[in-house]
Amino acid sequence: MLTQRLLLSDRGGMVVLGLVVLTAILVPILNLVVPTSSPFYVSNFTVALLGKFLCFALLALSVDLIWGYCGILSLGHGAFFSLGGYGMGMYLMRQIGDRGVYGHPELMDFMVVLNWESLPWYWQGFDMFWFSLLMILLVPGLLALVFGWLAFRSRVTGVYFAIITQALTYALMLAFFRNEMGFGGNNGLNDFKEILGFDLAAKTTRVGLFVASAIALVLGYLACRYIVTSRMGRVIVSIRDAESRTRFCGYQVESYKLWLFVFSSMLAAIAGALYVPQVGIINPGEFSPLNSIEMVVWVATGGRGTLFGAIVGAFSVNYAKTFFTTFSPETWLFILGALFVLVTLVLPKGIVGLLGHVRRKGDKS
Amino acid sequence: MTPLDRLRETWRRDQIFDFMLPKPEFGKAVDTSHGPILYVEDVSVSFDGFKALNNLNLYIDDGELRCIIGPNGAGKTTMMDVITGKTRPDTGSVYFGQRIDLLKLPEHEIARGGIGRKFQKPTIFEALSVFENLELATASDKHVWYTLNHDLSAEQRDRLDEVLTLIGLTPQAHQDAGALSHGQKQWLEIGMLLVQNPRVLLVDEPVAGMTGEEVEHTARLLTSLAGRHSVIVVEHDMAFVRSIARKVTVLHQGSVLAEGSMDQVQNDPRVIEVYLGE
Repeated sequence: MLTQRLLLSDRGGMVVLGLVVLTAILVPILNLVVPTSSPFYVSNFTVALLGKFLCFALLALSVDLIWGYCGILSLGHGAFFSLGGYGMGMYLMRQIGDRGVYGHPELMDFMVVLNWESLPWYWQGFDMFWFSLLMILLVPGLLALVFGWLAFRSRVTGVYFAIITQALTYALMLAFFRNEMGFGGNNGLNDFKEILGFDLAAKTTRVGLFVASAIALVLGYLACRYIVTSRMGRVIVSIRDAESRTRFCGYQVESYKLWLFVFSSMLAAIAGALYVPQVGIINPGEFSPLNSIEMVVWVATGGRGTLFGAIVGAFSVNYAKTFFTTFSPETWLFILGALFVLVTLVLPKGIVGLLGHVRRKGDKS
Repeated sequence: MTPLDRLRETWRRDQIFDFMLPKPEFGKAVDTSHGPILYVEDVSVSFDGFKALNNLNLYIDDGELRCIIGPNGAGKTTMMDVITGKTRPDTGSVYFGQRIDLLKLPEHEIARGGIGRKFQKPTIFEALSVFENLELATASDKHVWYTLNHDLSAEQRDRLDEVLTLIGLTPQAHQDAGALSHGQKQWLEIGMLLVQNPRVLLVDEPVAGMTGEEVEHTARLLTSLAGRHSVIVVEHDMAFVRSIARKVTVLHQGSVLAEGSMDQVQNDPRVIEVYLGE
């Protein structure tokens, strides 16, 4: 019954999820077991790259859930992603212990440089993994709750909401750039050593993180499917299409939006938390408004309102980005801009919509 | 009022703040023992100096079918906005039954409590099927967590099927609502009101843009609803009003100009002057 609802009725989703699971099984084998000389060997670089893409796909899911299904365009989801990343970064920093450059048993290197005497209160507890996980979910969730409550209660919608979410992530970026904030300022958090006792430089740890990201993506996808196929999912779609009608049907539109926004922010935070140990650094640049806009482009390119379209979009746009930034870095921003215009004008339903169109045509002829 | 007066007012010994009042209880508790189910008294609304409603008084009896007519700008839609909580009046009171003060409730609670509204332009959820449209509107627990984990109960589904038959859309139940004809969309919206089990139905221009046959069908539908529900119809189409009306209220410049049977109203010289005689 539940499998029918979550998977079987959604062919595209099954294909995409199948591919994700296949990658999660094949890549570790090809990286760890196959000898380096073999043509099938997957390099460490590729593992890290794909792991990053998996996190981005989870992030794209969270954007698609509120934008594609509820019509709330958030241009500040990078803020939740980065906050989750900082939460994980703080845990990883605390694991360094006295192995930092200055060898202080408790303080981070940047705190020693700033002549701080003791650990700030908000760094307490992050030496424990469970506490860090809790904070990774709670802090972005709470921010989304307060922010969303204020915005939705005043019935801020559409482009106005998009603008204030941009402002939110921009404000956070400026705040995190400040050294006095105690998050490493400009340099952010880096030079991580180990996670849960495993050496972050080790091949097996990297593969482990890769698999964890794939699992998170699959679970996140199923959770989103559960929401959009429930009665609540239909309420959300109806809010997107006719908000006041939904209100006159007796639904408290604000609490639906708020609930979904908080859930989506937590999903983004999980993606951020998985991203940081794989790239080995988190700095305020992640809060940059441009990043948040890029996320929306992934979803638009893949096809909004289909969930699996978001995954397709995240992978394809990021693959293109990797390709172009190595090939000719200065053109990437132009290509991104052109892509957004092109998708909006020609492919309103994204790649997924295009594939569906081609398939239907094939069926007819 | 000076700040001092306001302070005195606030600290009066018998002051009753809103939060101290008992929560209004909807459903069976609607007290209609004196006849009317809806009391609209002395309501005034102004938008930037323009008086959309001007001391409007209106009483709707339980189970009545009432038609409201009036020229453009007479305040018909504003009146509906006030009753459903979309617009808050400057002065006056609106009571549902004798005890429930509608001016203190948010829109969704008024809707849950039994006042359904059909908009002028048919607004249905086009991306969903006809069945899903009705499912969304069906009276049930409408809190976030409940809708995440529960489907409709058997009784609610029965009611839904019943309404589907009543509005004549059973064959289209699993079609996308966006693909329906204009008339069918209007009926679907009326159906969406009905599954909410409302006590009062506010219907704004139900036959605009319908064919003759569709108009007839709608007239039959609305007259069959009166009795079980109170129905308030706002309409421009005089022939349609004549075919269903028992009692007609004429609005003009935000207040009631005349009230009575269609014949009485039609022969009222003031009404002829402002509206019918055109």
